[in-house]
Amino acid sequence: MENTAVIFANRNFKLKSVNAKKFALWLFIVSICMLFAGLTSAYIVKKSDGRWLQFDMPDMFLYSTVVLVLSSVAMHWTYLKAKDNSLKAVKIGITATAAIAIAFFYMQYLSWVKLVSQDVFLVGNPSGSFVYIFSGLHLAHLIGGLVFLLVVFLDTMNYKVHSKSMLAIEMCTTYWHFLGGLWIYLYLFLVMNN
Amino acid sequence: MSITDIQVTDELVHGDDHHEEHHEQSFIFKYIFSTDHKTIAKQFLITGIFWAILGGGLSVIFRLQLGFPDMDMGFLQPFMGDWISNSGKLDPEFYLAMITMHGTIMVFFVLTAGLSGTFSNYLIPLQLGARDMASGFMNLLSYWFFFLSSLIMFISMFLSTGPASGGWTIYPPLSALPQAMSGSGMGMTLWLVSMVFFIASTLLGGINYITTVINLRTEGMTFRRMPLTIWAFFITAVLGLLSFPVLVACVLLLVFDRSFGTSFYLSEIFIGGEALPNLGGSPILFQHLFWFFGHPEVYIVILPALGITSEVISTNSRKPIFGYTAMIGSILAIAFLSFIVWAHHMFITGMNPFLGSIFMFLTLIIAIPSAVKAFNYITTLWKGNLVFTPAMLFSIGLVSFFISGGLTGLFLGNAAIDINLHDTYFVVAHFHLVMGSAAFFGLLAGVYHWFPKMFGRMMDEKLGYIHFWLTFVGVYLVFFPLHYIGIAGFPRRYYSFTNFDAFSSFVDLNSFVTVAAIITFGAQFIFLFNFFYNIFKGKKAPLNPWNSNTLEWTTPRIPEHGNWPGEIPKVYRWPYDYSKPGAKDDFIPQTVPYHQTKESNTDFENEESKKEQSAT
Repeated sequence: MENTAVIFANRNFKLKSVNAKKFALWLFIVSICMLFAGLTSAYIVKKSDGRWLQFDMPDMFLYSTVVLVLSSVAMHWTYLKAKDNSLKAVKIGITATAAIAIAFFYMQYLSWVKLVSQDVFLVGNPSGSFVYIFSGLHLAHLIGGLVFLLVVFLDTMNYKVHSKSMLAIEMCTTYWHFLGGLWIYLYLFLVMNN
Repeated sequence: MSITDIQVTDELVHGDDHHEEHHEQSFIFKYIFSTDHKTIAKQFLITGIFWAILGGGLSVIFRLQLGFPDMDMGFLQPFMGDWISNSGKLDPEFYLAMITMHGTIMVFFVLTAGLSGTFSNYLIPLQLGARDMASGFMNLLSYWFFFLSSLIMFISMFLSTGPASGGWTIYPPLSALPQAMSGSGMGMTLWLVSMVFFIASTLLGGINYITTVINLRTEGMTFRRMPLTIWAFFITAVLGLLSFPVLVACVLLLVFDRSFGTSFYLSEIFIGGEALPNLGGSPILFQHLFWFFGHPEVYIVILPALGITSEVISTNSRKPIFGYTAMIGSILAIAFLSFIVWAHHMFITGMNPFLGSIFMFLTLIIAIPSAVKAFNYITTLWKGNLVFTPAMLFSIGLVSFFISGGLTGLFLGNAAIDINLHDTYFVVAHFHLVMGSAAFFGLLAGVYHWFPKMFGRMMDEKLGYIHFWLTFVGVYLVFFPLHYIGIAGFPRRYYSFTNFDAFSSFVDLNSFVTVAAIITFGAQFIFLFNFFYNIFKGKKAPLNPWNSNTLEWTTPRIPEHGNWPGEIPKVYRWPYDYSKPGAKDDFIPQTVPYHQTKESNTDFENEESKKEQSAT
């Protein structure tokens, strides 16, 4: 195993190429894009079939979108602080990002409650089911983002995040912004198509 | 504020220099939970072989039912238990389960995981000059997710209600409603769980392959110098990355329909006179999602085989591959087109005929890059100094199947003819030749060609020849008659045709096909013996048994973890310098610089050689 460690420590970096791990993250993001592209296309195909239930999207979805954008801002602030080597600020930033994200979870839940009060259920007309699936699947990916935040937080505790070791936090920031962008896409898609 | 400033040193160095030390690893980490790409490739291969025997075995059993419907199958009772009735008859529901499992096993477990998993893992680092994959750990996960998925699918075959039985395409509502057939209960659930792990495995593997090709090529290995095998594996991985997530979307909605009562695919269904509550769904939506994945999937199956064939045919014709750039171009064109033709699987769903004609047009365009590939193989063979190794024979066999199976694709791509031929044995014959047998021959060609590198020993050539001829003739004897049976109107997936007078004149032909299938299946045991016996007892392999140019033949007979004991070799030329005029040997490996081959250089290459020398 030691042998393996030696190889990997030395080999992952090469002149003139993207970092392999970052590149892999981007490929992962591409696959998530395809997942949601598939689902949103399914939405359009299904809608064109007719028998489509019309309902108002709860306002809470708009507020939660704003909150998720705020968490992206916090994440970016954290990233800039890591570049400045202010580790204390990094820890605060990560905690804030996670806390705002958890608020987002709660607000998504409130949106679901609102939907239920409008008689739009997961089980029923697909137009409603899709809203639950889109937001739920997005939250599932956000849980992955929270785990990533935790990893970066622990790295920061061990002084592994600083201006000369930015890989983990850079990747985390990329993924976090992606999840924000993904939700904005889903929200706008649902608002414009419903 | 304390900042520890640790190792930024190695980041800018190519840093592979000190690799001499080799620690003995324990058995578990060396052979089971290995992160070494060569071990993982062999794990994929062995698992794939296991599945191929099982999938092939199932097909022989249901061929017996089709060829000899009155046969007493009591002798199978020890294996199949209650699925054979006491009067020796195969259970009709289990017949459906077997064809479903045969399709699932062959498409996913053998020709996706067994083919890409084996050869992408084995050849990408070795032919690119890398120590290992970009992430050994992800690679390890990729195999073990596949293993878990295999295990679940295997267990599902022993359920008392049977495994998934709605066909490998699992169309709802049949697959969505447990009331519809016994296989749609627990068997279908396990199928879905198994596929979730399978998709995770494929995505992990694919991300790794792409990253390795982009990031870990050795010095001098430009994209224009990559062997066509690597080009094929690379594009295959891209196809997988783009299409498998859509299968996730497709299957996810099916899971919700099955387990939570949503109505994405279900609407207005009556079972036993009782109406189900589901309203507003559409089973056609499933087909759109499934085939948006499903069509690229058939290219995920065939492209690696075509890549292997390019390499084997060029090496054994002792000629450069004809049209290297055209080969890459046609791979890219096929990959692109594969995403915009999916609805040709759905001509009979009542789609708008105008839309159908667009998909028909796009589908027929695929004939162009496919023909480019076929012509390039033939022109590479033309006037070559052919060396008929078993790998070469299987590659030529692949070209034969690709052409004869591809021709019927032109018929089926036409909506007007497809509406007549849809879901008949004509379709079965088409895809078993062009995709099934062709990809399977690519897999076998790869095994025969790279066996000496994988295990450091040679396979027996004579057994290889016997295996080839029995399989090659056998495959045609099985699938050629199926065209006639299909045109005669036999629908696929039917348990028995004895009730239809119109089909009675084809009984003999069906029996003939079954006999041919048994012989073809039996011939595979020659291969199995040849393979397993020679892993241990084979003649020791020379370093470069086929006089090949690519990098994997510059490694020691049995490469250790890290592949090259010293520095990674540099690459100076493309991999197809065979029989170059003026050269003293009929091959010039990629590691030979131009300034050492003055006698055979072109003017352009002489310029390159000056650059090489000024660089050193």
